[in-house]
Amino acid sequence: MRNHQGMEVSFAAAEAVRLCNVDVVAAYPITPQTHIVERLSKYVADGKMDAEFVPVESEHSALSLCIGSSAVGARSFTCTSSQGLALMNEIVYLVPALRLPIVMILANRSLSGPLSIWNDHSDVMSVRDTGWIQLFAENGQEVFDHVMIAYKIAENENVLLPVIINMDGFILSHMFEPIELTGQEAVNTYLPSYRPRFILHPDRPVTMGAYTMPTLFTEAKKAQEEALLASYPYILQAWKDWGTLCGRVYHPVETYYTEGAETLFVTMGSIGETAGEAVRLLREQGQKAGLVKLRLWRPFPLEDFLREIGSAQRLIVIDRALSPGGPGGGPVAGEIRAALYNRENRPQVFNFIAGLGGREVTVGSFQEMFVSSVSGKASGYQIFGVRG
Amino acid sequence: METKKKKVFPVRKLDAEEYFAPGHRACEGCGEVLALRLIHKALGPNVIVASATGCMEIISSPFPYTSWEVPWIHVAFENTAAVAGGIEAGLKVLQRKAKREKKKIVVVAMAGDGGTADIGLQALSGAMERGHDFIFICYDNEAYMNTGVQRSSLTPLGASTTTSPAGACQHGQTVWKKNMMAIAAAHYIPYIATVSPSYPMDLVEKVTKAANIKGPAYIHALSVCPPGWGISSSETVKLGRLAVETGVFPLYEIEKGKYRVTVNVEKLKPVEAYLQPQARFRHIQSDLDLIARISYRVQTYWERLKAKAARA
Repeated sequence: MRNHQGMEVSFAAAEAVRLCNVDVVAAYPITPQTHIVERLSKYVADGKMDAEFVPVESEHSALSLCIGSSAVGARSFTCTSSQGLALMNEIVYLVPALRLPIVMILANRSLSGPLSIWNDHSDVMSVRDTGWIQLFAENGQEVFDHVMIAYKIAENENVLLPVIINMDGFILSHMFEPIELTGQEAVNTYLPSYRPRFILHPDRPVTMGAYTMPTLFTEAKKAQEEALLASYPYILQAWKDWGTLCGRVYHPVETYYTEGAETLFVTMGSIGETAGEAVRLLREQGQKAGLVKLRLWRPFPLEDFLREIGSAQRLIVIDRALSPGGPGGGPVAGEIRAALYNRENRPQVFNFIAGLGGREVTVGSFQEMFVSSVSGKASGYQIFGVRG
Repeated sequence: METKKKKVFPVRKLDAEEYFAPGHRACEGCGEVLALRLIHKALGPNVIVASATGCMEIISSPFPYTSWEVPWIHVAFENTAAVAGGIEAGLKVLQRKAKREKKKIVVVAMAGDGGTADIGLQALSGAMERGHDFIFICYDNEAYMNTGVQRSSLTPLGASTTTSPAGACQHGQTVWKKNMMAIAAAHYIPYIATVSPSYPMDLVEKVTKAANIKGPAYIHALSVCPPGWGISSSETVKLGRLAVETGVFPLYEIEKGKYRVTVNVEKLKPVEAYLQPQARFRHIQSDLDLIARISYRVQTYWERLKAKAARA
């Protein structure tokens, strides 16, 4: 019997941050992220974690402060949600440009307005093009594991990029789950101390954050994109090493019943488990349904995705955010359609916007989406279950 | 660090090293870069600087060049106090955990008047309130000069800027300059001072003091701006002196709550002597009522300041 402990997922996340021996935590409270920072603050107060916990006056300052601490060589952590991410948006762009390996947990929550504290992915979609590595967790164990994995990726000298771990607000953040905690020694083996080559140090002065003229800006942005794309093998390696250590193996694209599937759901985050249950039931009924789950959102694992969808005839892409007025449906479906456009024998893409602002998405919801897509009743784009 | 007997900082003790290299792109006669160079001479090599976006950032860091001989980071406009807070927190924890050698490093945040009193005020207030051990330096040239002389909350009453223009119905800036010294003092931080590069030894003394005091220090440097204020580039130092001699910008410090006027003026010159040479005040020269209001305000502030210093 493995050592599983029942705990709230936010506390498991905080425990992982403690195990990573993080040096600086800067955060501002926002629902549903609060339990993570409350627990970290208590760890520091109780002497269970040797870190500076800085209770900043805004999310903008939270990430700014992490930039300062990371630039002097401190392992730095922040977490936020929704409006907090929107407030820090300006600074989100700057972290990859400065190549600082900050890790941020995003307890996904809808963006106002109207104000809603509940879960969807509109917050993370607003930072799609900021250059961070972006991962999605499906359950509490994955949140816990990915804190270690995120630092392992971010601090790799060949990567040096920040990482966002997406965990669905409330659905994961406030859920009690059995979590297998990794021991401190194992984490130390997996994640050695952060020893950056370039830091702010009076003995070796460097200038960070210089500006560019039009003659160099394009090259600077290209270098950023190349760095993000080049992180891919190191992400795989970090997962592989974690698998060796703990036996839990992760992939950029996770699959469930894809073999021989004609219709595939495409999901991100916690609804993957619900979709999986729907697929299992559909299979029991003899339907050729399957599921493809995007764990890695940036860099987008296109090759893996194309391999895993195989020769499926239709994709049912679930978006947890709107792209109002756009031509391609939700943000995820829009990208997938664009990626498939030049391919022969491309599948049909049905796009459902579901689970906005905490609206429930049940096993039955997926079954309905399946039936309407297979029967040809569904249009290419619709907001699932909306009234009026 | 308090000195009972008044000592003057000897010029020969000023650091011969340059920490801000020549060849930067500041305007001719820039009072801000004059203050910057002196401040860094006072601080020496063991510093880490966080800079806001603004004149000093733009003139010093066009990639792949840099004027900085000390470690320096620029992130954005309004967050320099937060970045400096992170540097301080990072150094503290890393030295405690023996991940960096124990060494005194002075953490410096620098911003212009907009980056301090307008868009940067929240981050600055937060950093002062949390008690980070750092120096915040406001290089105050009294408007958004980098973007073309737009008014800020530190633009003085009557000054014409591109967004507080002198016109038929409005005489330039319509409101009084925000009192950043009082705002800093309201945070009960251990050291607060005004400095001017026109009084270099006074400046060096205060910056040295700020560097040696534990906790937040706030330094407000009046930075004369020839193009923004409409003066000849050869008049910078002289105008900085007039600002002090007229009482418009008194040189003083607040050390652990105690006020001290560091450059005393026996009898203030009339404010006209300061206003008259500047094109930004040209339109108010004949507005005697406005000048009388400015004069009264300057006089009253000066008297109050002296009274506070006398009580200390």
